[in-house]
Amino acid sequence: MSGKKNGSGKILYPDQATIHITQLEKYYIVPEREAGLRAAVGSLFRRKHREIKAVDGISFDILPGEMVGFLGPNGAGKTTTLKMLSGLLYPTAGEAIVLGHVPSRREKTFLRQITLVMGQRNQLAWDIPALDSYELNRAIYQIPRGEFKRTVDELIELLDLQDIVRKPVRNLSLGERMKAEIAGSLLHRPQVLFLDEPTIGLDVTMQRRIRAFIAEYNRRFGASVLLTSHYMADVVALCRRVIVIHHGRILYDGGLSGLVEKFSAQKTIVLTLPDSNIDLTSYGAVRSKDAGRVTLQVPKSETSRITAQLLADLPISDLTVEDPPIEEVIEHVFAQGAEAAA
Amino acid sequence: MKAMLDFYFTQMKMAIQQQIQYRVANYFYMIGMIAEPVIYLVVWSTVARAQGGSVGGYTPGDFAAYYIVWTLVRNMNIVLTPYVWENYIQRGELSMELLRPLHPLHATLAYFSGWKFVMIAMWLPIAAILTIVFQPTLNPQLWSIAAFAVALWGGYLVRFMLLWLLGMITFWTTRVSAFFELYFTLELLFSGRLVPLSLMPQWVQQVAAFLPFQWAFGFTIELLLGKLTPAQALYGLGAQVFWTLLGLFFVNLLWRAALRRFSAVGA
Repeated sequence: MSGKKNGSGKILYPDQATIHITQLEKYYIVPEREAGLRAAVGSLFRRKHREIKAVDGISFDILPGEMVGFLGPNGAGKTTTLKMLSGLLYPTAGEAIVLGHVPSRREKTFLRQITLVMGQRNQLAWDIPALDSYELNRAIYQIPRGEFKRTVDELIELLDLQDIVRKPVRNLSLGERMKAEIAGSLLHRPQVLFLDEPTIGLDVTMQRRIRAFIAEYNRRFGASVLLTSHYMADVVALCRRVIVIHHGRILYDGGLSGLVEKFSAQKTIVLTLPDSNIDLTSYGAVRSKDAGRVTLQVPKSETSRITAQLLADLPISDLTVEDPPIEEVIEHVFAQGAEAAA
Repeated sequence: MKAMLDFYFTQMKMAIQQQIQYRVANYFYMIGMIAEPVIYLVVWSTVARAQGGSVGGYTPGDFAAYYIVWTLVRNMNIVLTPYVWENYIQRGELSMELLRPLHPLHATLAYFSGWKFVMIAMWLPIAAILTIVFQPTLNPQLWSIAAFAVALWGGYLVRFMLLWLLGMITFWTTRVSAFFELYFTLELLFSGRLVPLSLMPQWVQQVAAFLPFQWAFGFTIELLLGKLTPAQALYGLGAQVFWTLLGLFFVNLLWRAALRRFSAVGA
């Protein structure tokens, strides 16, 4: 049997992957017209349509227990992909297999093993405590009572939900509600988690809490996680592998460090000098100066030469070479993708 | 089967908990609903008195009984209105339901079944007041009370299936209110909601016999009023089963296509 390498560099055979997609496409046909009355009347007789390629032939595999960041700007095709993988959307073309099932067939055995958490959608009943909604999920997923109680207790402890689950959901803060939503989505112990912006709108502490919980869930149950987030901190904390999608196409699939390596043409050199007023513009672009600490940005290929020159020319007490912040790299990748697509 | 019963029981319990939260809103909803039969009752009682005491065999006491039972039947046949479907799809609530390993029809059916227990509990004092004010003539036999209890749920199922089917039009087109209005006009005319069907022109009664509406309304009321023979009661209960199964058949038939349509567009 022949295998292929996935984004993590592991040799992978199709039957080993939790998620296996090949040349997956989703096109939407949308009506369009110019603004104004004339165009409105005209559209009654000649309707114009446009094809939108939300997902345009993407392929990747995700292994059991793997956590993958799915990155892209708004409208890149992330949510459409997650919806296809969870069975909410029929693909236009291509193949998707999740846990050995074709998602669009929406088989019960498949739906019992996955969850899709969308940061801006609710599944908990608004007017009653989350515990009552959990009880409904127990009945829907046919979770044995003993196991259900153990799982609820475990989730309450992990997410610190003791008081939260007893209040009506409408009285919870956004962060509390999100924690309660996540717990509700995991009662049936899904093997695949599709998380679409799970920390959106939350404060830093709550984001950190939810990140730690996702990592713990992954460790305890070996679940695969496909995570989209606009907060790079989520991705950096949880995912060693990222898939970058733009205009429905994959721009990058690999390690997070490799993303920086591949897309960043710059390195950052941070110097500590007795006098920060020395003119350093001949070495590189000066990004900041602060109490003897200077940050320079230099071309990646020139880093060694410039570092050596700085050490030879100046009385430097400390020097570090760093990659640029991941947010900057991602911004650069998206900008490149936009240019390529223009 | 055991799992399904567990689900229905849990969902109904949850609906009761939720609706108790909205008891004041539910009362206002019910008062608004009761205004309709009270108007019919006052008009027809006046007509009956003007015509020497009865119209088509209905005395003012019969009319009072008809329209008071009407309020119970109306409460029992409250279902998901087709108007809700638009929001249901656009706000993504359907997406969340579709992620569950259970047909959304079960969740809605169970939810509205649970809601009825709250509505009936709230209806009892209103029915008592209406009884004191309008003095209904109601002497049901034991068998008709039993058949009525079954027919109340049968009527609910008939109306549930019909309105679920109607709501599914939303998958193909938005702005479907016109269809719904047409449906409710037909229902008003052919169900016994406006007036007992036996008082309607002959042609209306003939057309109504081929339509499902009366089995969710007039039939159930007339059953308790003692206007039907056991044979007619059995026929009516059979008609409720027939229309429910026919509705379910079409829901199943169209559901796959509807989902395909939904998942082509997304929400």
